[in-house]
Amino acid sequence: MKDAEKAPFPLDGGRAQRKRPSKTRDNLIYAAVWLACAAPLAWLAFRAFTGDLGVNPIETLVRQLGVWGLRLLLVGLAVTPAAVILKKPRLVRFRRTIGLFAFAYVSLHLLSYIGVDLYFDFGQLWKDILKRPFITLGMAAFVMLVPLAVTSTNGWVIRMGRAAWSRLHWLIYVIAPLGVAHYYLLVKADHRPPLVYGAILAVLLGWRAWRAARSSP
Amino acid sequence: MLIRHRPDLTDNDVTDRGLYLRRREFITGVAGLGLAGLGGAAGAAPLAFSKGFSTTEKPTPKDDVTSYNNFYEFGVDKGDPAENAGKLKTRPWTVRVDGACEAPKTFDIDALIKGNKLEERIYRLRCVEGWSMVIPWVGFPLKDLIAAVKPTSKAKFVAFETLMRPSEMTGQRWDVLQWPYREGLRIDEAVHPLTLIAVGLYGETLPNQNGAPLRLVVPWKYGFKSIKSITRISLTDRQPPTAWNLSAPREYGFYSNVNPAVDHPRWSQATERRIGEFRRRDTLAFNGYGEWVADMYRGMDLKKFY
Repeated sequence: MKDAEKAPFPLDGGRAQRKRPSKTRDNLIYAAVWLACAAPLAWLAFRAFTGDLGVNPIETLVRQLGVWGLRLLLVGLAVTPAAVILKKPRLVRFRRTIGLFAFAYVSLHLLSYIGVDLYFDFGQLWKDILKRPFITLGMAAFVMLVPLAVTSTNGWVIRMGRAAWSRLHWLIYVIAPLGVAHYYLLVKADHRPPLVYGAILAVLLGWRAWRAARSSP
Repeated sequence: MLIRHRPDLTDNDVTDRGLYLRRREFITGVAGLGLAGLGGAAGAAPLAFSKGFSTTEKPTPKDDVTSYNNFYEFGVDKGDPAENAGKLKTRPWTVRVDGACEAPKTFDIDALIKGNKLEERIYRLRCVEGWSMVIPWVGFPLKDLIAAVKPTSKAKFVAFETLMRPSEMTGQRWDVLQWPYREGLRIDEAVHPLTLIAVGLYGETLPNQNGAPLRLVVPWKYGFKSIKSITRISLTDRQPPTAWNLSAPREYGFYSNVNPAVDHPRWSQATERRIGEFRRRDTLAFNGYGEWVADMYRGMDLKKFY
């Protein structure tokens, strides 16, 4: 664990200081989280292959990938508040997995839009990015997600140093609202679903703001 | 004089072309009086009709036409209408036709179905959201209904209203749109021979989710202009308010003619996905009906009057 010794903060979520739970139990919990994150994708793939995506399957595919990307972004943002409030610091170890899954869903969302919906019509894509605010915001959010996914490894945390790494990853506080705005602007009339995501996001970010304000006078 | 058709375009021309387009069926004797088979959705009754002006394109499967609907009175998701519209009672049903006319009248739906010569018209339907279908409607030209009430010279527009009945149209219990749903046409658009009052689909009475018991079909305009479950039609001298225009005036104009050159502010209208197809196809001006309708808009800036 040479890396861990050099790491600017405990990468194991403080495991070393606590009574070590059994390795098997730990792996089982991790597998459960991983499977929970992968399940919507597996379900979508199953429905795609059995022709069960409805009358407009391409729209269903693109939308569902996007919605799950947004949901996992919010779940990822809920991990830290949950760890603090429930006093279970080791929950934080799932944050990376959830975040990377969110990135995977968002990437597939973008890829299905470009490859399946537009059928690689890059001229149209470029026009969409320039002219459609919801696509502009969505693309901006994706572009910002890429460096977060790339620097998600322990090695990158060490290379950058904790402070710089954390600052970079504050981008998520920009990305998640962009994701909600992307959804909101797409909706024709019933804005309730994107507003629900917006409200959840506001609580998650509000909790952080409240905590920061409390700790620094 | 507001009725501005090309002088050479008469109803007979339209019908003849329809027959021409369907000549193979005509030759094999399928054309003429059609009587759809029994069965199908609960409550669906077969209709007697002749073949009218139609596209030769392959109709979208009935299951798709009846399960992928925008009918916010029953919910905002495409599957909601098929799920929730069963509650709607479509009998008894009357349509009030009034306003700038000499003989305003309340029509009973069954009298309308029996009293009008029904035709099947297979039309393309282009939704403003960028998808399209090909739908075999059964109905009669709106102009026949309008002629029956003897419009006066003040009749410059036609306003339409959908039923308001939140107990059965559960989507009306909250104001995602201003209820009742309203639509409107200019009088020349309303009496155009392509403008249809549909009472059936695939040879049978309309399923509720498709706008039973009667709806408008204006094939060269985006689908939301084709108002469903109509209870009132009024002839007026001014442009009537319309539901989507009230909701987002910058996005949905009064005219809303299918126009690949004028984008919706939030998405391109240049292409569409025909339900059942993989690749997008180019959207045609006036949804491919420009040959018959473009003259009505001669001299108008269609970017301004979108």
